[in-house]
Amino acid sequence: MDVTIVDYKSGNISSVINSLKEVAKDKVNIEVTSDLNKIKSSDKVVLPGQGSFKSCIDGLNSINGLIDTLSEFTLYTKKPLLGICVGLQMFADVGYEEVETKGLGWISGKVSKIDNQDGKYKLPHIGWNQINIAKESKIFKDIENNSHMYFVHSYEFIPEDNSVIAATTDYSSNIVCAVEKENIFGTQFHPEKSDKIGLKIIDNFIKL
Amino acid sequence: MLKNRIIPCLDVKNGRVVKGINFVDLKDAGDPVEQAKIYSDGGADEICFLDITASNENRDTIYEVVEKTSKKCFVPLTVGGGVRSIDDINKLLNCGADKVSINTAAVQNAKVVEDSSRKFGSQCIVVAIDAKRKDDGWEIFTHGGRNPTGINALEFASKMEKCGAGELLVTSMDKDGTQSGYDIELMQKISSMVNIPVIASGGVGTLDHLVDGIKSGASAVLAASIFHYGTYSVNEAKQYLASKDIPVRI
Repeated sequence: MDVTIVDYKSGNISSVINSLKEVAKDKVNIEVTSDLNKIKSSDKVVLPGQGSFKSCIDGLNSINGLIDTLSEFTLYTKKPLLGICVGLQMFADVGYEEVETKGLGWISGKVSKIDNQDGKYKLPHIGWNQINIAKESKIFKDIENNSHMYFVHSYEFIPEDNSVIAATTDYSSNIVCAVEKENIFGTQFHPEKSDKIGLKIIDNFIKL
Repeated sequence: MLKNRIIPCLDVKNGRVVKGINFVDLKDAGDPVEQAKIYSDGGADEICFLDITASNENRDTIYEVVEKTSKKCFVPLTVGGGVRSIDDINKLLNCGADKVSINTAAVQNAKVVEDSSRKFGSQCIVVAIDAKRKDDGWEIFTHGGRNPTGINALEFASKMEKCGAGELLVTSMDKDGTQSGYDIELMQKISSMVNIPVIASGGVGTLDHLVDGIKSGASAVLAASIFHYGTYSVNEAKQYLASKDIPVRI
């Protein structure tokens, strides 16, 4: 099996690579690339994302044909894709970090700044928070409700259709922290930095 | 609910772990990769490496340490010490660091903080503030606490927040190495002033000091000696904080 981590020169993806390699051992071939043909032929794709919504979308746009290839992979061939952090946020129609920026539009919704309630909540939301599993998701197999995951973000994905929500976390309000829509998976938290329990989520994704 | 973080810090020199007492008198004690692994297995919420390698020819040793550690530890890894430029930050992130802490360079040129937080995201930019009491305030120092700057710590903290720092790592130089507890007043002042998380550092000798640090408003507490010399394990520290009704990840 081939799993591709999309390398679009946006942010730091070494931890994502390390964690996938750790889980995959020698059973799965992990590619880190922006090569469109390699992405097309792979069985699964991981879409990481760090920095701002805009910088990540700009990064995808800077590689000719990448967004079309990813959309085809996800929406037509319907192979599994996992978005992490801004990788998940980009599923939305629109993001409001820095400036209004068009998203991938794979899952209807928007990405807005977390309400810090006049300074009551510090931003970024950094650290370990518990997830409330909202629906049975394949990537949460053997993951207990209220498990701790590592977060670092200031913006949240607000989907139009609540049925895509796989988990929420409590910070200022119930923030969407995992989504599942058919073959599209996403986590706002960083499974690659969430110790053994996070690696289990990556393992679940690889084993889909 | 967001949990308070406990961050063991390892001082690394020429690729080996040491721990400074008041920034001098170093004792050698082990392999940073193994130490970091012990901490992460023991429940550390993050790991922090402070590179105190002085000579330029040995500077690259930290990259190797970070690379090896990031393949074994799957909790966030912060690396600081000698970070001067965007290029240094890029190299550390590529080796597997999740956050980089900037001290001297942030004081000398705030643009480094602005540019790097824009390029890599605020989430990976930590500004380390070494502060010492002076008159009725605090003055910040650079170069591992050697050079006074005349700059007021509170004003600097506020400025760094505006420049895009994601977190502030605040070390009291008066307290560092004394094991007499954090400078609570300093932590309170900075935590209440900024809207980004503050990591309290410098002076931990007992588990009650960690409790006091969190109660001061810090989002995370950093400690080196109490963990490094085995006085307490990270898990013992967390159990103790939990017994004092402080939310931690157990």
